[in-house]
Amino acid sequence: MNAPRNISGRRLVAGTARGTTAVLQAPLSLWGGFDPASGRIIDVHHPQHGLQIAGHIVVMPGGRGSSSSASVLLESVRLGRHPLALVLAEPDPVLVIGALVAADLYRVAVPVVRIGAAELAAVPDGANVRVDAMQSAANIVIA
Amino acid sequence: MFLDAIDKALLAGAFGPAAQRAMRLLQPYGEALGAARFIDIASAHIDGCLYHGPSGLDFVRAFLGSGARVRVPTSLNVMAVDLVHPERFAAPPVLADRQRELLQGYLDLGCAPTLTCAPYQRLPRPTFGEHVAWAESNATVFVNSCLGARSDRYGDFTDLCAALTGRVPEAGLHLDENRRARLLLRAPAPDASDLDRDLWFVCLGYALGEIARDRVAVIVGSPPDTTEDELKALGAAAASSGSVALFHVLGVTPEAKRLADVLDPATAPGEVSLSGDDLRRIAGRLCRAAAGEPVAAFCAGTPHYSPDEFRRLAAGVAGRRAAAGVEVLVSTSRAIAQQVEAAPWAEALWSFGVRLVVDTCTYLTPPALAGAGWVVTPSGKWAHYAPGTIGRRAALMSLDRCLRCAERGRIVP
Repeated sequence: MNAPRNISGRRLVAGTARGTTAVLQAPLSLWGGFDPASGRIIDVHHPQHGLQIAGHIVVMPGGRGSSSSASVLLESVRLGRHPLALVLAEPDPVLVIGALVAADLYRVAVPVVRIGAAELAAVPDGANVRVDAMQSAANIVIA
Repeated sequence: MFLDAIDKALLAGAFGPAAQRAMRLLQPYGEALGAARFIDIASAHIDGCLYHGPSGLDFVRAFLGSGARVRVPTSLNVMAVDLVHPERFAAPPVLADRQRELLQGYLDLGCAPTLTCAPYQRLPRPTFGEHVAWAESNATVFVNSCLGARSDRYGDFTDLCAALTGRVPEAGLHLDENRRARLLLRAPAPDASDLDRDLWFVCLGYALGEIARDRVAVIVGSPPDTTEDELKALGAAAASSGSVALFHVLGVTPEAKRLADVLDPATAPGEVSLSGDDLRRIAGRLCRAAAGEPVAAFCAGTPHYSPDEFRRLAAGVAGRRAAAGVEVLVSTSRAIAQQVEAAPWAEALWSFGVRLVVDTCTYLTPPALAGAGWVVTPSGKWAHYAPGTIGRRAALMSLDRCLRCAERGRIVP
Protein backbone atom coordinates (compact mmCIF):
# COMPACT_ATOMS: atom_id res chain seq x y z
CA MET A 1 0.00 0.00 0.00
CA ASN A 2 1.26 3.44 -0.92
CA ALA A 3 1.88 6.04 1.76
CA PRO A 4 -0.67 8.87 1.93
CA ARG A 5 0.16 11.71 -0.41
CA ASN A 6 -0.34 15.40 0.35
CA ILE A 7 -1.25 18.09 -2.13
CA SER A 8 -1.21 21.65 -0.94
CA GLY A 9 -3.55 24.20 -2.42
CA ARG A 10 -5.31 27.45 -1.69
CA ARG A 11 -8.60 27.72 0.15
CA LEU A 12 -11.32 29.40 -1.91
CA VAL A 13 -14.18 28.41 0.40
CA ALA A 14 -13.62 27.06 3.91
CA GLY A 15 -14.54 23.60 5.17
CA THR A 16 -13.44 20.00 5.51
CA ALA A 17 -14.64 16.94 3.62
CA ARG A 18 -13.84 13.26 3.31
CA GLY A 19 -14.84 11.00 0.44
CA THR A 20 -13.88 9.41 -2.85
CA THR A 21 -12.82 11.45 -5.82
CA ALA A 22 -14.76 11.88 -9.05
CA VAL A 23 -12.15 13.21 -11.45
CA LEU A 24 -13.76 14.97 -14.42
CA GLN A 25 -11.95 14.90 -17.73
CA ALA A 26 -13.46 18.20 -18.84
CA PRO A 27 -14.84 21.33 -17.13
CA LEU A 28 -18.52 21.08 -16.23
CA SER A 29 -21.17 23.78 -16.06
CA LEU A 30 -23.36 22.63 -13.15
CA TRP A 31 -26.31 24.43 -14.73
CA GLY A 32 -27.37 22.42 -17.74
CA GLY A 33 -24.70 19.88 -16.86
CA PHE A 34 -25.62 18.51 -13.42
CA ASP A 35 -29.01 17.41 -12.18
CA PRO A 36 -29.33 18.36 -8.49
CA ALA A 37 -32.14 15.81 -7.98
CA SER A 38 -30.24 12.75 -9.26
CA GLY A 39 -26.68 13.97 -8.66
CA ARG A 40 -25.65 12.95 -12.18
CA ILE A 41 -23.94 14.70 -15.09
CA ILE A 42 -26.62 15.49 -17.71
CA ASP A 43 -24.51 17.47 -20.22
CA VAL A 44 -24.65 15.27 -23.31
CA HIS A 45 -21.46 16.92 -24.63
CA HIS A 46 -19.48 15.98 -21.50
CA PRO A 47 -17.29 12.87 -21.82
CA GLN A 48 -18.63 11.54 -18.49
CA HIS A 49 -22.34 12.07 -19.22
CA GLY A 50 -24.35 10.02 -16.71
CA LEU A 51 -21.67 9.91 -13.99
CA GLN A 52 -22.83 10.23 -10.36
CA ILE A 53 -20.92 13.09 -8.70
CA ALA A 54 -23.10 13.83 -5.65
CA GLY A 55 -21.42 12.60 -2.48
CA HIS A 56 -17.99 12.72 -4.11
CA ILE A 57 -15.00 15.02 -3.97
CA VAL A 58 -15.31 16.51 -7.45
CA VAL A 59 -11.97 17.25 -9.08
CA MET A 60 -12.13 19.22 -12.33
CA PRO A 61 -10.10 21.74 -14.29
CA GLY A 62 -12.76 24.45 -13.80
CA GLY A 63 -16.41 25.35 -14.01
CA ARG A 64 -17.84 26.42 -17.31
CA GLY A 65 -20.60 28.49 -18.80
CA SER A 66 -23.67 29.57 -16.96
CA SER A 67 -24.13 31.98 -14.06
CA SER A 68 -26.88 29.66 -12.84
CA SER A 69 -24.35 27.05 -11.75
CA ALA A 70 -24.31 28.80 -8.36
CA SER A 71 -28.06 28.16 -8.00
CA VAL A 72 -27.72 24.54 -9.07
CA LEU A 73 -24.98 23.97 -6.48
CA LEU A 74 -27.14 25.55 -3.77
CA GLU A 75 -30.19 23.50 -4.77
CA SER A 76 -28.13 20.31 -4.67
CA VAL A 77 -27.05 21.23 -1.12
CA ARG A 78 -30.67 21.79 -0.12
CA LEU A 79 -31.52 18.34 -1.51
CA GLY A 80 -28.45 16.75 0.09
CA ARG A 81 -27.22 15.60 -3.36
CA HIS A 82 -24.20 17.85 -3.60
CA PRO A 83 -20.52 17.36 -4.31
CA LEU A 84 -18.76 17.05 -0.93
CA ALA A 85 -15.97 19.37 -2.06
CA LEU A 86 -14.73 20.96 -5.26
CA VAL A 87 -11.07 20.82 -6.26
CA LEU A 88 -10.27 23.12 -9.18
CA ALA A 89 -7.27 24.32 -11.13
CA GLU A 90 -8.96 27.67 -11.86
CA PRO A 91 -10.74 29.75 -9.21
CA ASP A 92 -14.28 29.69 -10.54
CA PRO A 93 -16.22 32.69 -9.12
CA VAL A 94 -19.62 31.13 -9.86
CA LEU A 95 -18.88 27.98 -7.85
CA VAL A 96 -17.25 30.00 -5.06
CA ILE A 97 -20.39 32.09 -4.43
CA GLY A 98 -22.61 28.99 -4.61
CA ALA A 99 -20.56 27.34 -1.87
CA LEU A 100 -20.43 30.54 0.26
CA VAL A 101 -24.22 30.88 0.13
CA ALA A 102 -24.66 27.18 1.00
CA ALA A 103 -22.65 27.79 4.18
CA ASP A 104 -24.58 31.01 4.96
CA LEU A 105 -28.10 29.66 4.35
CA TYR A 106 -27.92 25.97 5.17
CA ARG A 107 -24.79 25.71 7.33
CA VAL A 108 -23.40 23.08 4.94
CA ALA A 109 -19.72 23.39 4.10
CA VAL A 110 -18.74 22.57 0.53
CA PRO A 111 -15.03 23.41 0.62
CA VAL A 112 -13.56 24.71 -2.61
CA VAL A 113 -9.81 24.37 -3.09
CA ARG A 114 -7.56 25.47 -5.91
CA ILE A 115 -4.51 23.35 -6.75
CA GLY A 116 -1.99 23.50 -9.59
CA ALA A 117 -2.99 22.10 -12.96
CA ALA A 118 -0.20 19.49 -12.85
CA GLU A 119 -1.21 18.30 -9.35
CA LEU A 120 -4.83 18.19 -10.45
CA ALA A 121 -3.98 15.96 -13.40
CA ALA A 122 -2.27 13.52 -11.01
CA VAL A 123 -5.26 13.05 -8.65
CA PRO A 124 -6.53 9.48 -9.13
CA ASP A 125 -10.22 8.81 -9.78
CA GLY A 126 -12.03 6.92 -7.03
CA ALA A 127 -9.34 7.60 -4.43
CA ASN A 128 -10.11 8.14 -0.75
CA VAL A 129 -9.38 11.76 -0.01
CA ARG A 130 -9.52 14.17 2.89
CA VAL A 131 -9.89 17.88 2.11
CA ASP A 132 -8.90 20.34 4.80
CA ALA A 133 -9.60 23.94 3.86
CA MET A 134 -9.92 25.56 7.28
CA GLN A 135 -6.78 27.69 6.78
CA SER A 136 -5.92 29.77 3.71
CA ALA A 137 -3.28 27.15 2.91
CA ALA A 138 -5.50 24.15 2.17
CA ASN A 139 -4.45 20.52 2.19
CA ILE A 140 -5.64 17.47 0.30
CA VAL A 141 -4.58 14.06 1.61
CA ILE A 142 -4.90 11.09 -0.73
CA ALA A 143 -5.04 7.79 1.21
CA MET B 1 -8.50 42.84 1.49
CA PHE B 2 -8.35 46.57 2.00
CA LEU B 3 -11.68 47.98 3.15
CA ASP B 4 -12.85 51.49 2.35
CA ALA B 5 -15.01 53.43 4.80
CA ILE B 6 -18.13 52.42 2.88
CA ASP B 7 -17.18 48.74 3.01
CA LYS B 8 -16.69 48.94 6.76
CA ALA B 9 -20.03 50.72 7.13
CA LEU B 10 -21.75 48.07 5.03
CA LEU B 11 -20.18 45.29 7.12
CA ALA B 12 -21.15 47.05 10.34
CA GLY B 13 -24.80 47.19 9.28
CA ALA B 14 -25.01 50.96 8.70
CA PHE B 15 -26.94 50.28 5.47
CA GLY B 16 -29.22 47.72 7.09
CA PRO B 17 -29.10 43.97 7.66
CA ALA B 18 -29.60 42.98 4.01
CA ALA B 19 -26.64 45.01 2.75
CA GLN B 20 -24.64 43.72 5.72
CA ARG B 21 -25.41 40.10 4.85
CA ALA B 22 -24.54 40.76 1.21
CA MET B 23 -21.21 42.35 2.16
CA ARG B 24 -20.40 39.44 4.46
CA LEU B 25 -20.73 37.15 1.42
CA LEU B 26 -18.75 39.47 -0.86
CA GLN B 27 -15.78 39.70 1.49
CA PRO B 28 -14.74 36.00 1.43
CA TYR B 29 -15.71 35.98 -2.26
CA GLY B 30 -13.26 38.81 -2.96
CA GLU B 31 -10.58 37.07 -0.92
CA ALA B 32 -11.06 33.83 -2.89
CA LEU B 33 -10.51 35.81 -6.09
CA GLY B 34 -7.42 37.46 -4.68
CA ALA B 35 -8.85 41.00 -4.92
CA ALA B 36 -6.99 43.85 -3.22
CA ARG B 37 -10.08 46.02 -2.62
CA PHE B 38 -13.69 46.74 -3.55
CA ILE B 39 -14.88 49.16 -6.26
CA ASP B 40 -18.20 50.88 -7.06
CA ILE B 41 -20.50 49.55 -9.77
CA ALA B 42 -22.92 51.58 -11.91
CA SER B 43 -25.52 48.86 -12.51
CA ALA B 44 -26.32 45.21 -11.94
CA HIS B 45 -28.12 42.53 -13.93
CA ILE B 46 -29.53 39.64 -11.93
CA ASP B 47 -29.69 36.04 -13.06
CA GLY B 48 -30.80 34.68 -9.69
CA CYS B 49 -34.45 35.46 -10.47
CA LEU B 50 -34.65 32.27 -12.58
CA TYR B 51 -36.33 29.61 -10.43
CA HIS B 52 -34.25 26.45 -9.99
CA GLY B 53 -35.85 25.22 -6.79
CA PRO B 54 -36.82 26.31 -3.27
CA SER B 55 -33.23 27.27 -2.44
CA GLY B 56 -33.50 30.35 -4.66
CA LEU B 57 -36.51 31.50 -2.63
CA ASP B 58 -34.68 30.77 0.62
CA PHE B 59 -31.86 33.00 -0.62
CA VAL B 60 -33.90 36.04 -1.62
CA ARG B 61 -36.07 35.80 1.50
CA ALA B 62 -32.96 36.08 3.63
CA PHE B 63 -32.70 39.70 2.38
CA LEU B 64 -36.37 40.69 2.64
CA GLY B 65 -38.20 42.15 5.58
CA SER B 66 -36.07 45.11 6.54
CA GLY B 67 -37.13 47.43 3.70
CA ALA B 68 -33.90 46.71 1.85
CA ARG B 69 -33.43 48.16 -1.66
CA VAL B 70 -30.77 47.72 -4.29
CA ARG B 71 -28.25 50.60 -4.30
CA VAL B 72 -27.73 50.71 -8.13
CA PRO B 73 -30.09 50.37 -11.13
CA THR B 74 -30.72 46.63 -11.40
CA SER B 75 -32.34 44.68 -14.23
CA LEU B 76 -33.72 41.13 -14.08
CA ASN B 77 -32.87 38.20 -16.34
CA VAL B 78 -35.32 35.62 -17.66
CA MET B 79 -37.48 33.37 -15.50
CA ALA B 80 -38.28 29.65 -15.73
CA VAL B 81 -41.70 30.24 -17.30
CA ASP B 82 -43.54 32.61 -19.61
CA LEU B 83 -46.09 34.20 -17.27
CA VAL B 84 -47.87 35.85 -20.23
CA HIS B 85 -48.25 32.67 -22.37
CA PRO B 86 -48.00 29.75 -19.90
CA GLU B 87 -49.96 27.53 -22.34
CA ARG B 88 -46.95 27.44 -24.65
CA PHE B 89 -45.06 25.35 -22.11
CA ALA B 90 -45.43 21.89 -20.62
CA ALA B 91 -44.80 22.97 -17.05
CA PRO B 92 -46.74 22.12 -13.89
CA PRO B 93 -48.74 25.17 -12.67
CA VAL B 94 -46.86 25.06 -9.38
CA LEU B 95 -43.70 26.12 -11.22
CA ALA B 96 -45.38 29.38 -12.28
CA ASP B 97 -46.52 29.98 -8.67
CA ARG B 98 -43.03 29.45 -7.26
CA GLN B 99 -41.53 31.56 -10.02
CA ARG B 100 -43.96 34.41 -9.25
CA GLU B 101 -42.94 34.31 -5.59
CA LEU B 102 -39.27 34.46 -6.53
CA LEU B 103 -39.86 37.36 -8.94
CA GLN B 104 -41.81 39.22 -6.25
CA GLY B 105 -38.86 38.91 -3.89
CA TYR B 106 -36.54 40.60 -6.38
CA LEU B 107 -39.16 43.27 -7.20
CA ASP B 108 -39.57 44.00 -3.48
CA LEU B 109 -35.83 44.69 -3.36
CA GLY B 110 -36.23 47.32 -6.09
CA CYS B 111 -35.13 45.44 -9.22
CA ALA B 112 -36.68 46.42 -12.57
CA PRO B 113 -38.92 43.74 -14.17
CA THR B 114 -37.01 43.63 -17.47
CA LEU B 115 -37.14 39.79 -17.56
CA THR B 116 -34.69 39.44 -20.40
CA CYS B 117 -31.15 38.19 -20.95
CA ALA B 118 -30.59 41.15 -23.28
CA PRO B 119 -31.74 44.27 -21.37
CA TYR B 120 -29.15 46.26 -23.35
CA GLN B 121 -31.52 46.00 -26.34
CA ARG B 122 -33.90 48.45 -24.63
CA LEU B 123 -32.59 50.14 -21.49
CA PRO B 124 -29.79 52.67 -21.29
CA ARG B 125 -26.64 50.62 -21.79
CA PRO B 126 -23.54 50.33 -19.69
CA THR B 127 -20.95 52.66 -21.17
CA PHE B 128 -17.34 52.13 -22.21
CA GLY B 129 -15.04 51.57 -19.24
CA GLU B 130 -17.87 51.58 -16.68
CA HIS B 131 -17.74 48.94 -13.92
CA VAL B 132 -20.92 46.86 -13.64
CA ALA B 133 -21.99 43.51 -12.17
CA TRP B 134 -23.84 41.68 -14.90
CA ALA B 135 -24.68 38.02 -14.41
CA GLU B 136 -26.01 35.63 -17.10
CA SER B 137 -23.17 34.42 -19.27
CA ASN B 138 -24.41 35.86 -22.57
CA ALA B 139 -25.21 39.26 -21.00
CA THR B 140 -21.79 39.38 -19.32
CA VAL B 141 -19.95 38.57 -22.53
CA PHE B 142 -21.99 41.15 -24.45
CA VAL B 143 -21.41 44.13 -22.14
CA ASN B 144 -17.70 43.31 -21.85
CA SER B 145 -17.00 42.59 -25.50
CA CYS B 146 -19.44 44.74 -27.47
CA LEU B 147 -19.80 47.73 -25.13
CA GLY B 148 -16.42 47.74 -23.43
CA ALA B 149 -18.06 47.96 -20.00
CA ARG B 150 -16.37 45.93 -17.26
CA SER B 151 -18.07 43.02 -15.59
CA ASP B 152 -16.46 39.96 -14.12
CA ARG B 153 -18.16 36.59 -14.64
CA TYR B 154 -20.81 36.86 -11.91
CA GLY B 155 -22.99 34.02 -10.79
CA ASP B 156 -26.37 33.98 -9.19
CA PHE B 157 -26.25 35.45 -5.64
CA THR B 158 -23.14 37.57 -6.31
CA ASP B 159 -25.40 39.62 -8.58
CA LEU B 160 -27.83 40.49 -5.78
CA CYS B 161 -25.04 41.04 -3.25
CA ALA B 162 -23.42 43.50 -5.65
CA ALA B 163 -26.74 45.27 -6.29
CA LEU B 164 -27.52 45.60 -2.56
CA THR B 165 -24.08 47.00 -1.71
CA GLY B 166 -23.10 48.74 -4.96
CA ARG B 167 -19.66 47.16 -4.49
CA VAL B 168 -17.69 44.32 -6.09
CA PRO B 169 -14.16 43.01 -5.55
CA GLU B 170 -11.70 44.54 -7.97
CA ALA B 171 -10.82 41.27 -9.67
CA GLY B 172 -11.06 39.41 -12.94
CA LEU B 173 -12.29 41.47 -15.88
CA HIS B 174 -12.49 44.70 -13.86
CA LEU B 175 -8.70 44.87 -14.17
CA ASP B 176 -6.86 46.14 -17.28
CA GLU B 177 -4.33 43.32 -17.30
CA ASN B 178 -7.02 40.63 -17.34
CA ARG B 179 -8.76 42.19 -20.35
CA ARG B 180 -5.79 41.65 -22.63
CA ALA B 181 -5.91 38.79 -25.11
CA ARG B 182 -3.98 35.63 -24.24
CA LEU B 183 -5.08 33.96 -27.46
CA LEU B 184 -5.10 35.12 -31.05
CA LEU B 185 -7.72 33.28 -33.05
CA ARG B 186 -7.56 33.54 -36.84
CA ALA B 187 -10.94 32.95 -38.45
CA PRO B 188 -11.31 31.52 -41.95
CA ALA B 189 -12.98 33.81 -44.49
CA PRO B 190 -16.78 33.44 -44.27
CA ASP B 191 -16.92 32.71 -48.01
CA ALA B 192 -14.30 29.96 -47.77
CA SER B 193 -16.16 28.09 -45.03
CA ASP B 194 -19.18 27.27 -47.17
CA LEU B 195 -21.41 28.16 -44.20
CA ASP B 196 -24.16 30.78 -44.29
CA ARG B 197 -23.00 33.94 -42.61
CA ASP B 198 -25.15 33.57 -39.46
CA LEU B 199 -24.00 29.97 -38.95
CA TRP B 200 -20.38 31.06 -39.50
CA PHE B 201 -20.60 33.41 -36.50
CA VAL B 202 -22.21 30.79 -34.28
CA CYS B 203 -19.64 28.11 -35.17
CA LEU B 204 -16.81 30.59 -34.72
CA GLY B 205 -18.16 31.41 -31.25
CA TYR B 206 -18.51 27.74 -30.35
CA ALA B 207 -14.92 27.10 -31.48
CA LEU B 208 -13.76 30.12 -29.49
CA GLY B 209 -15.32 28.72 -26.30
CA GLU B 210 -13.80 25.29 -26.78
CA ILE B 211 -10.33 26.62 -27.53
CA ALA B 212 -10.17 29.61 -25.19
CA ARG B 213 -12.19 28.12 -22.28
CA ASP B 214 -11.91 31.13 -19.93
CA ARG B 215 -9.05 32.95 -21.67
CA VAL B 216 -9.60 36.28 -23.37
CA ALA B 217 -9.09 35.96 -27.12
CA VAL B 218 -8.83 38.38 -29.99
CA ILE B 219 -10.44 37.21 -33.21
CA VAL B 220 -8.83 38.28 -36.46
CA GLY B 221 -10.74 37.90 -39.71
CA SER B 222 -14.31 38.86 -38.86
CA PRO B 223 -15.87 41.08 -41.54
CA PRO B 224 -15.65 44.84 -40.86
CA ASP B 225 -19.44 45.09 -41.18
CA THR B 226 -20.00 42.57 -38.36
CA THR B 227 -23.26 43.51 -36.62
CA GLU B 228 -24.12 43.62 -32.96
CA ASP B 229 -26.58 40.75 -33.39
CA GLU B 230 -23.82 38.64 -34.93
CA LEU B 231 -21.52 39.39 -31.99
CA LYS B 232 -24.39 38.56 -29.62
CA ALA B 233 -24.77 35.12 -31.26
CA LEU B 234 -21.02 34.52 -31.29
CA GLY B 235 -20.63 35.48 -27.63
CA ALA B 236 -23.56 33.36 -26.46
CA ALA B 237 -22.11 30.30 -28.23
CA ALA B 238 -18.65 30.96 -26.75
CA ALA B 239 -20.13 31.33 -23.26
CA SER B 240 -21.88 27.95 -23.70
CA SER B 241 -19.03 25.82 -25.04
CA GLY B 242 -16.55 27.62 -22.77
CA SER B 243 -16.58 30.23 -20.00
CA VAL B 244 -15.73 33.12 -22.29
CA ALA B 245 -16.78 36.38 -20.62
CA LEU B 246 -14.82 38.73 -22.90
CA PHE B 247 -13.55 38.48 -26.45
CA HIS B 248 -12.18 41.07 -28.81
CA VAL B 249 -12.70 41.26 -32.56
CA LEU B 250 -10.00 43.19 -34.35
CA GLY B 251 -11.43 46.29 -36.01
CA VAL B 252 -14.92 45.60 -34.67
CA THR B 253 -15.19 45.59 -30.86
CA PRO B 254 -14.43 48.83 -29.00
CA GLU B 255 -11.25 47.77 -27.19
CA ALA B 256 -9.61 46.25 -30.28
CA LYS B 257 -9.08 49.07 -32.74
CA ARG B 258 -5.51 47.81 -33.24
CA LEU B 259 -3.95 44.48 -32.28
CA ALA B 260 -1.47 46.31 -30.06
CA ASP B 261 -4.38 47.65 -27.96
CA VAL B 262 -5.38 44.21 -26.74
CA LEU B 263 -2.18 42.17 -26.78
CA ASP B 264 0.12 42.14 -23.79
CA PRO B 265 3.47 43.50 -24.99
CA ALA B 266 5.32 41.30 -22.49
CA THR B 267 3.89 37.89 -23.39
CA ALA B 268 3.25 36.33 -26.76
CA PRO B 269 -0.33 35.11 -27.09
CA GLY B 270 -1.19 31.56 -28.03
CA GLU B 271 -2.17 31.50 -31.68
CA VAL B 272 -4.71 29.25 -33.37
CA SER B 273 -5.81 29.37 -37.00
CA LEU B 274 -9.22 27.91 -37.72
CA SER B 275 -10.00 26.45 -41.12
CA GLY B 276 -13.32 26.30 -42.90
CA ASP B 277 -13.25 22.56 -42.15
CA ASP B 278 -12.95 23.24 -38.41
CA LEU B 279 -16.11 25.35 -38.48
CA ARG B 280 -17.96 22.85 -40.68
CA ARG B 281 -17.05 20.07 -38.22
CA ILE B 282 -18.61 22.08 -35.37
CA ALA B 283 -21.72 22.69 -37.46
CA GLY B 284 -21.87 18.93 -38.07
CA ARG B 285 -21.52 18.06 -34.38
CA LEU B 286 -24.40 20.38 -33.49
CA CYS B 287 -26.63 19.11 -36.29
CA ARG B 288 -26.99 15.32 -36.44
CA ALA B 289 -30.34 15.43 -38.21
CA ALA B 290 -30.67 13.56 -41.50
CA ALA B 291 -32.64 14.82 -44.47
CA GLY B 292 -36.27 13.72 -44.38
CA GLU B 293 -36.55 13.32 -40.59
CA PRO B 294 -39.54 15.08 -38.96
CA VAL B 295 -39.30 18.58 -37.47
CA ALA B 296 -41.32 19.43 -34.34
CA ALA B 297 -40.36 23.06 -33.89
CA PHE B 298 -38.24 26.04 -34.78
CA CYS B 299 -36.86 27.88 -31.75
CA ALA B 300 -35.03 31.19 -31.99
CA GLY B 301 -34.33 34.07 -29.65
CA THR B 302 -31.56 32.59 -27.49
CA PRO B 303 -30.34 35.23 -26.57
CA HIS B 304 -33.57 37.23 -26.82
CA TYR B 305 -34.35 38.48 -30.31
CA SER B 306 -33.68 42.14 -31.10
CA PRO B 307 -36.00 44.40 -33.14
CA ASP B 308 -33.55 44.06 -36.08
CA GLU B 309 -33.65 40.27 -35.91
CA PHE B 310 -37.46 40.35 -35.96
CA ARG B 311 -37.41 42.63 -39.01
CA ARG B 312 -35.06 40.25 -40.83
CA LEU B 313 -37.17 37.26 -39.84
CA ALA B 314 -40.34 38.97 -41.10
CA ALA B 315 -38.67 39.68 -44.44
CA GLY B 316 -37.49 36.05 -44.64
CA VAL B 317 -40.90 34.49 -44.00
CA ALA B 318 -43.00 36.88 -46.11
CA GLY B 319 -45.57 34.89 -48.08
CA ARG B 320 -44.57 31.58 -46.48
CA ARG B 321 -46.17 29.33 -43.89
CA ALA B 322 -44.77 26.73 -41.49
CA ALA B 323 -46.03 23.15 -41.96
CA ALA B 324 -48.97 22.02 -39.81
CA GLY B 325 -47.78 20.69 -36.46
CA VAL B 326 -44.49 22.64 -36.46
CA GLU B 327 -44.31 25.14 -33.58
CA VAL B 328 -42.47 28.37 -34.43
CA LEU B 329 -41.33 29.97 -31.18
CA VAL B 330 -39.26 33.13 -30.88
CA SER B 331 -38.18 34.38 -27.46
CA THR B 332 -37.78 38.04 -26.54
CA SER B 333 -38.57 40.53 -23.79
CA ARG B 334 -42.08 41.85 -23.07
CA ALA B 335 -40.94 45.30 -24.16
CA ILE B 336 -39.67 44.18 -27.57
CA ALA B 337 -42.68 41.85 -28.03
CA GLN B 338 -44.97 44.87 -27.64
CA GLN B 339 -42.94 46.82 -30.15
CA VAL B 340 -43.10 43.94 -32.66
CA GLU B 341 -46.81 43.32 -32.13
CA ALA B 342 -47.47 46.96 -33.04
CA ALA B 343 -45.24 46.95 -36.13
CA PRO B 344 -46.91 47.08 -39.57
CA TRP B 345 -44.45 44.50 -40.96
CA ALA B 346 -45.26 41.93 -38.26
CA GLU B 347 -48.17 40.37 -40.18
CA ALA B 348 -45.73 38.17 -42.13
CA LEU B 349 -44.56 36.66 -38.83
CA TRP B 350 -48.03 35.63 -37.70
CA SER B 351 -48.91 34.26 -41.18
CA PHE B 352 -45.84 32.05 -41.04
CA GLY B 353 -46.96 30.78 -37.63
CA VAL B 354 -44.54 32.67 -35.37
CA ARG B 355 -45.56 32.74 -31.73
CA LEU B 356 -43.74 34.93 -29.26
CA VAL B 357 -42.37 33.69 -25.97
CA VAL B 358 -41.56 36.30 -23.31
CA ASP B 359 -40.09 36.27 -19.78
CA THR B 360 -38.13 33.08 -20.46
CA CYS B 361 -36.40 31.05 -23.12
CA THR B 362 -37.53 27.84 -24.81
CA TYR B 363 -34.66 25.67 -23.54
CA LEU B 364 -35.30 26.29 -19.83
CA THR B 365 -38.73 24.65 -19.47
CA PRO B 366 -39.94 22.29 -22.20
CA PRO B 367 -42.21 24.07 -24.69
CA ALA B 368 -45.48 22.26 -25.45
CA LEU B 369 -44.68 20.56 -28.77
CA ALA B 370 -46.93 18.17 -30.64
CA GLY B 371 -44.28 16.02 -32.28
CA ALA B 372 -41.18 14.20 -31.06
CA GLY B 373 -39.10 15.35 -34.03
CA TRP B 374 -36.13 17.66 -34.24
CA VAL B 375 -36.07 21.22 -33.02
CA VAL B 376 -34.25 23.33 -35.60
CA THR B 377 -32.52 26.43 -34.26
CA PRO B 378 -30.08 29.10 -35.45
CA SER B 379 -28.84 29.50 -31.84
CA GLY B 380 -25.62 27.79 -30.77
CA LYS B 381 -26.59 28.22 -27.14
CA TRP B 382 -29.96 26.54 -27.66
CA ALA B 383 -28.39 23.66 -29.59
CA HIS B 384 -25.77 23.21 -26.88
CA TYR B 385 -28.02 23.18 -23.82
CA ALA B 386 -31.47 21.92 -24.86
CA PRO B 387 -30.59 18.21 -25.12
CA GLY B 388 -29.56 18.28 -21.43
CA THR B 389 -32.03 20.80 -20.02
CA ILE B 390 -35.26 19.80 -21.77
CA GLY B 391 -34.32 16.48 -23.36
CA ARG B 392 -34.89 17.72 -26.90
CA ARG B 393 -32.89 16.79 -29.99
CA ALA B 394 -31.62 20.03 -31.46
CA ALA B 395 -30.31 20.70 -34.94
CA LEU B 396 -28.25 23.84 -35.40
CA MET B 397 -28.51 25.41 -38.84
CA SER B 398 -28.65 28.76 -40.58
CA LEU B 399 -31.84 30.76 -40.24
CA ASP B 400 -32.51 30.26 -43.93
CA ARG B 401 -32.34 26.47 -43.64
CA CYS B 402 -34.33 26.48 -40.37
CA LEU B 403 -37.18 28.25 -42.15
CA ARG B 404 -37.13 25.81 -45.06
CA CYS B 405 -37.26 22.90 -42.58
CA ALA B 406 -40.15 24.51 -40.71
CA GLU B 407 -41.99 25.03 -44.00
CA ARG B 408 -41.61 21.40 -45.04
CA GLY B 409 -42.00 19.87 -41.59
CA ARG B 410 -38.95 17.77 -42.45
CA ILE B 411 -35.20 18.22 -42.34
CA VAL B 412 -34.10 19.55 -45.72
CA PRO B 413 -30.46 19.76 -46.90
